Amino acid sequence: MTMLSERQQLSYIAAQAADARLNVELETEGMTLNIGPQHPATHGTLRIIARLDGEQVVWAEPVAGYMHRGYEKLTEVRTFPQVTALINRIDWLGSFANEVPFIPAAEQLMEIEAPPRAQHIRTILFELSRIANVSLFLGDLGVQMGAVTPVFMAFRDREYVLNLIEGATGGRFHPNFDRIGGLKDDLPKGWIAETKQVMKKLRRFCDEIEDLLFGNEIFQSRTRGIGVIPADIAQQYGLSGANLRASGVDWDLRRDQRLPMAWDKVDFKVWTHPDGDAWARCWIRLQEVRESTRIVDQLIDTIPAGPVMAKVPRIIKVPEGEAWVSTENPLGEMGYYVVSKGDLGPFRVKIRSASFNNISITPWVLKGVYVPDIITILASLYFILGDIDR
Amino acid sequence: MVPLSDTDTQPAALASDTLRESIVEAVRADLGADLVDVHLVPGVDLWLRVAPTAWRTVAESLHRQGFRYFCFLSAIDWLPSPYGRGEDDPSAEPAEADPAATEVRQGVTGGDTRFQMLARVTDIRRHVSVTIKADVVEGDSGHMSMPTWIPVYAGANWHERETHEMFGIGFDGHPDLRNMYLPGDFEGYPLRKDFPLLARMVKPWPGIVDVEPMPVGDDGDADGGDAS
Repeated sequence: MTMLSERQQLSYIAAQAADARLNVELETEGMTLNIGPQHPATHGTLRIIARLDGEQVVWAEPVAGYMHRGYEKLTEVRTFPQVTALINRIDWLGSFANEVPFIPAAEQLMEIEAPPRAQHIRTILFELSRIANVSLFLGDLGVQMGAVTPVFMAFRDREYVLNLIEGATGGRFHPNFDRIGGLKDDLPKGWIAETKQVMKKLRRFCDEIEDLLFGNEIFQSRTRGIGVIPADIAQQYGLSGANLRASGVDWDLRRDQRLPMAWDKVDFKVWTHPDGDAWARCWIRLQEVRESTRIVDQLIDTIPAGPVMAKVPRIIKVPEGEAWVSTENPLGEMGYYVVSKGDLGPFRVKIRSASFNNISITPWVLKGVYVPDIITILASLYFILGDIDR
Repeated sequence: MVPLSDTDTQPAALASDTLRESIVEAVRADLGADLVDVHLVPGVDLWLRVAPTAWRTVAESLHRQGFRYFCFLSAIDWLPSPYGRGEDDPSAEPAEADPAATEVRQGVTGGDTRFQMLARVTDIRRHVSVTIKADVVEGDSGHMSMPTWIPVYAGANWHERETHEMFGIGFDGHPDLRNMYLPGDFEGYPLRKDFPLLARMVKPWPGIVDVEPMPVGDDGDADGGDAS
């Protein structure tokens, strides 16, 4: 800190006094602004109530719950294999990634492990759903700030990835392909060669987006320094995924925990950014799509031979116990706390979804921002409504 | 605050069981007899159960030790569902009075009450997480409440709102326990086991056919039909 001279102090006080006089003369009236429930920035129905003072938000509160489907209750009346069809629909842009943490939780209780080939293909499909999910985010990001072109590119290139997912699983959006003990099927013929082509296309897409959007001066000035979240606040609120890494926290569940998946067999970089603003969050996601295409490239070259299904009983009874498994999903940490009482279905499943925590920070982060920045911040925090409400 | 990372360096080692044991010792030093039970699955995970009065203290203790990342907070209702197990037809008469079917049996760390709190926090620097449980004691006229975690983990706010809405557990000191999902005048707590799932009561789930014994034998292994 530099010391101020007396003259500087006096001029500061004079400026403050002048400001205060002006504020009294131009007194702004409080106003309540209702954004949503239907708004392009919300990917569904999230309502934001913001109390404004002029152009500034003094208080904001998101209202979720327009899409509550009660999955935690529904899992209690399903058998274990049936649960994957439900949890597919939590984050509908990266469905396969939702199925994954539940299956190892059940496998952990049953003390079985999927064969290496299944683990490998699981990881590939997981990363493909991340690419499908986040590439749409990158396009959508432009729309919300007034740039319409990127979203067309995103929908165009996401389609290649969805075709791959459809080719392997039979479902574009809701694969329901993961099974306790492995996968439903092996990969189809010709899939690997096609995947390599698509990964090249996606890397080109990332370059295009980086040029077109991230290199754009308007985009930069609308995201740089907007919605800054410091690392300790981000952790307190349980922000995860790119939102946490954009605040400089080096934490990636793909690297930092042991799971029966193939991430430990590939070389990838966990990107972090020191700024913690909207720009950092978007930039990290762009890098992660690139990183994911590299992970897929490495994995499809090294798929081991063997079965894709372990020996499991036809009727799956999960022994009594409790297990928690979480993975680094496209939106952040997604986990399932599974309680089994030895029946055909789970006794209780607590679904920890990433967006629920990521959005719970909005009352904190929206305080004091200007109205157009609400949209930027919401877009950069990136949430899927189904992932908030469950 | 976590230092800005150089992600090209090797990541810290994965959590070991000695690390987990040292966490238990540190919590025991803070809580004493309020740390009721410990469950450690080697190489997998760590569970702690604390006395209901120590619910806030354990959060503070773990936060001091470096567990800065708040994962989730929820509750469990250990009452076996009076409407049968998930695969049963709820409209059918119960086959026989099975004492095990009505017994409240708590999970891995034991306990005495029907409701238990469940929360999880993570230490990002040491790559280790802990699941914490506590009994929820029912007061007069069924009122239940726990101290809020908001002063320690601000993110507990929404999780406590959700838990209040779904289980009817109050949180002392919580500023705003409005419903998140349900209408404000909704009666009942949906995730309690004695709250019926009406859709299931009206029409049994057709998925029951999935779990009928297959012709190859009542509990036979899948002999690689899909795997080959």
